[in-house]
Amino acid sequence: MSTPASFLTEEMRQQAVGTASEPVSMDVEKGAIQRFAEAIGDPNPIYSDEVAARKSPYGCIVAPPTFLRSMRAVRPELPFDIPFDRLLDGGSDWEYFQPVRAGDKITAVATVTSIQERTGRLGLMLIITTEITYTNQFDEVAATQTNTSIRY
Amino acid sequence: MAGQVFWEDVSEGSEIPALVKNPTTRQLVQYAGASGDFYEIHYDRDFAEGTGLPGVIIHGALKNAFLGQLVTDWAGPSGMVKRLTCQYRGMDVPGEPITARGTVSRVYQENGENLVECQIWLENAQGENTTPGSATVALPSRKG
Repeated sequence: MSTPASFLTEEMRQQAVGTASEPVSMDVEKGAIQRFAEAIGDPNPIYSDEVAARKSPYGCIVAPPTFLRSMRAVRPELPFDIPFDRLLDGGSDWEYFQPVRAGDKITAVATVTSIQERTGRLGLMLIITTEITYTNQFDEVAATQTNTSIRY
Repeated sequence: MAGQVFWEDVSEGSEIPALVKNPTTRQLVQYAGASGDFYEIHYDRDFAEGTGLPGVIIHGALKNAFLGQLVTDWAGPSGMVKRLTCQYRGMDVPGEPITARGTVSRVYQENGENLVECQIWLENAQGENTTPGSATVALPSRKG
């Protein structure tokens, strides 16, 4: 694939910012939390042991801080095609407002907050910043996550 | 996990106990399954090399999880993580140890909470900081 010298126009940038995904909902299952904790290698009993979790300040099994990442179904569709099929993750900024408890139903909506073009080591790249809001079944925002992804 | 740390016990410059992780290709596959991130650069070497990478690389989000564990281990059962950030500056590969580290950069109170801000990062086997970040944690007070 030949890489263009420039891709993003101001008009496209304005079109993209504010684009939101369809909401996606997930029931936070105990087994999913346990498998996620095992996969990251975190033996903290509040992710798997009902007895230990019951004695914790949360009173039940909760999810590790980055668990909501497993709701990755959400990525807003940009309103135009891009000539890049490679993707790198640039970073993440999580803010937490409510614990994510086993049994919660979480709804995630992702919104594009910025899009920029840059030329780097990997050639022409798009730097896309997306904010995901995770809301629980009580309409409380449990967490927000600002992600930077690099398309090149 | 070494019991509960209290807000009064930490000060600027306090070190967070380091956490050593030994990610393997097996763990990357396990993480792909648990997180639903099946991008092939994390388990298919030919695919990864085809995209210009030196080989399979660790999911950024798994590195984020290592930093999360560093902070939750330190904050203890009564600590609450309020914010967790990181930037993937360097790629990390399986088969080498990764050390998560942190130091306290600010101790303050806000809206009735006892807060601590930390600089956190991941170090590769060469001692390079590949993943700088920060965390804000609410800690319990000895005054109850």
